[in-house]
Amino acid sequence: MADIEARQKSPPKTSFWNDPKIRGLFYQFVVMGALAAFAIFIALNTAANLARQGKTTGFEFFFSTAGFDIFFTLIPYSRASFYWEAFLVGLLNTLLVSAIGIVIATFLGFFLGIARLSPNWIVARIATVYVEIIRNIPLLLQLFFWYFAVLKTLPGVRQSLEFAGGTILNQRGLYLARPLPDDNFTFVIWAFLIAIVAWLVVKAWAKRRLESTGKRFPVAWTFLVLVVFLPAITWLTTGANVAFEYPELSGFNFVGGIELPPEFVALLLGLSLYTAAFIGETVRAGILAVDHGQTEAAQSLGFRDGDRLRLVVIPQAMRVIVPPLTSQYLNLTKNSSLAAAIGYPELVSVFLGTTLNQTGRAIEVVFITMLVYLTLSLVTSVFMNWYNARVALVER
Amino acid sequence: MSTTNATKEISFVREEMLPEMPAPSSVVGPVAWIRSSLFSSPGNSILTIASALLLLWIMPPLYNFLIGNAVFIAEDGAACRVEGAGACWAFIWSRMDFFIYGFFPAEEQWRVNIAFALGLVLIVPLMWPELPFKVVNALAFFVGYPIIVFILLSGGMFGLTEVPTVNWGGLTVTLIIGLVGIVTSLPLGIVLALGRQSKMPVIKSVCVMFIELWRAVPLITVLFMASVMLPLFVPVGVSVDKLLRALVGVSLFSAAYMAEVVRGGLQALPRGQYEAAGALGLNYWKSMSFIILPQALKHVIPGIVNSFIALFKDTSLVSIVGIFDLLNTVQASNSDLNWASEQQAVTGYIFAAAVFWVFCFSMSRYSIYMEHRLHTGHKR
Repeated sequence: MADIEARQKSPPKTSFWNDPKIRGLFYQFVVMGALAAFAIFIALNTAANLARQGKTTGFEFFFSTAGFDIFFTLIPYSRASFYWEAFLVGLLNTLLVSAIGIVIATFLGFFLGIARLSPNWIVARIATVYVEIIRNIPLLLQLFFWYFAVLKTLPGVRQSLEFAGGTILNQRGLYLARPLPDDNFTFVIWAFLIAIVAWLVVKAWAKRRLESTGKRFPVAWTFLVLVVFLPAITWLTTGANVAFEYPELSGFNFVGGIELPPEFVALLLGLSLYTAAFIGETVRAGILAVDHGQTEAAQSLGFRDGDRLRLVVIPQAMRVIVPPLTSQYLNLTKNSSLAAAIGYPELVSVFLGTTLNQTGRAIEVVFITMLVYLTLSLVTSVFMNWYNARVALVER
Repeated sequence: MSTTNATKEISFVREEMLPEMPAPSSVVGPVAWIRSSLFSSPGNSILTIASALLLLWIMPPLYNFLIGNAVFIAEDGAACRVEGAGACWAFIWSRMDFFIYGFFPAEEQWRVNIAFALGLVLIVPLMWPELPFKVVNALAFFVGYPIIVFILLSGGMFGLTEVPTVNWGGLTVTLIIGLVGIVTSLPLGIVLALGRQSKMPVIKSVCVMFIELWRAVPLITVLFMASVMLPLFVPVGVSVDKLLRALVGVSLFSAAYMAEVVRGGLQALPRGQYEAAGALGLNYWKSMSFIILPQALKHVIPGIVNSFIALFKDTSLVSIVGIFDLLNTVQASNSDLNWASEQQAVTGYIFAAAVFWVFCFSMSRYSIYMEHRLHTGHKR
């Protein structure tokens, strides 16, 4: 007995160089050594190259004057601003176009994914053709198409296309009416928020009642009444008013309203149409992944159609859809960097393009740009891991 | 007697089969199909009519633009500048050499043609599953062919005049970047995926960091980095070719994506396969190359082809760092004043899109075909 135990404890005798542990350590030392040597080699070369070109390194350039204009900014910015402000402008522009693009692409993508599965032959065919065309053509080409072939060939300012609601489209961009709510309008917003909270409370109560007594409460109607009527009544009683500022032709251009430059419109169009095709495929795969037996089981348990979709099919489909969906969102954000090619001032264009050219601080600028995208990507994957852990099937 | 009579009266046994009745017309036939797939419910009918109207609205102008009113043969842009003219295909045709060869000297273009032909000769038998000698063929295509293409195109030996890479361009460069990306990213991706699965902490973390870093950043920053930082990384006095910089960037970038695809295949394999390989006494490399990788790679062929498609589309980004790939040649030709017309840019982009589409779509069809073929029964 003791003999066996002793043998179990001591590993079988192998020669020193065949021991897997020692070999593993040896390989890791070799890899570490090689990487360290490579890093030192690169660092020495870089230092030598920089010294030869007479360049310095450091981040102090952030606080010197940028001296270039950006035509589309969300924060006050001028030629006299610092480089860190230019960086911020670029970052905000990236986030702006990504956020709006994500919303549009999600709606269009879900629509496409469901349309491809539609029993209606013609609708399914149109969605299939759209997806197969859009996702097999490079995004950059599509951006060029929208920018150079569509938006840049639109009529000039004098022959602008005018649409309902004061929307104006011409070579210089898209002009929308700007809503100007007065002070009383804050009451309407408060009423809206209160309505949402009240609806959530009612919903929780209705769910508890349904589970304990089996009696239904018309939650959807409550939602309509609360969220539409409460703000509407507030609006009427407080006399809040929303004026619209319409773009007006003055001189050689339109002034007033919200002005969206063609670069922004082209980028938004290209990004959302392209990503929607991929989201459509994700959604289709997710819905197909739910076994038909689940639908049958729900029906035989006596679920209503709406409940069946809401409680059985959609939760299971979402488990498959959400992880690839988040990576599509991340892709859209990363793809917004292609705007550098059509001149929309986002992070890559402003920072990696203009700032790098002017300051010559290649290493610092590339490092910071990569850090920004790395952070976005890490945030996304943290969310994805959290979601995966939350919805993971509990198995044995 | 009576019993026989009685039997005769009550029993009737049919000697022959009844002729088959045609299925009711509400289940088969064009009418039933139209009913079930176009007008099955009021909502569906509305959708059908709306879609039909949409098609009627889009299709005729599209046809007129692409074919009906298109200008196929013309000396210069005058014919395309006519009011109501469609796509200016004559413009594409006149610039075709530029789109395919870029600035490659005209008298040396036969070298590019030979490279194309050789590639076709090697890739067709490789993709045709029934043909033999797959290993030799794959080695020839993935190892021999790139070397031959390099010698053929750059010249400078065997009596060929030297053509610097600056002059390479058009579809040639697009295909070269795609090919090099595919050839380097697959093996590199496999190594990275194996490294990520490794039990050695140093190797694992190095691979994880490499993969996650490349996957987190957009390709365009990688290309910028390759074009501005790579020259700083090499010893003083050494200059790195512009095309090579882009190639390094594209390869490393797609290797990271490939690694994640391969990792999916490795993780999909049951543990039993690893243990069985170990029980047979195979060492790491043998068990990987004979047991694990063949099964894992088979699982993820669609994923691999998808990354190839993504890589091929991404080659268009090199135009931003100033390489004359197909998209950039089209972009440059769009300002050709000889052919200036309103539809010039649109025609150019449609042409480039069609070329990219044909390559990507056939790759995706091929991957679906292989998926069906390799589906040797582990479908759940």
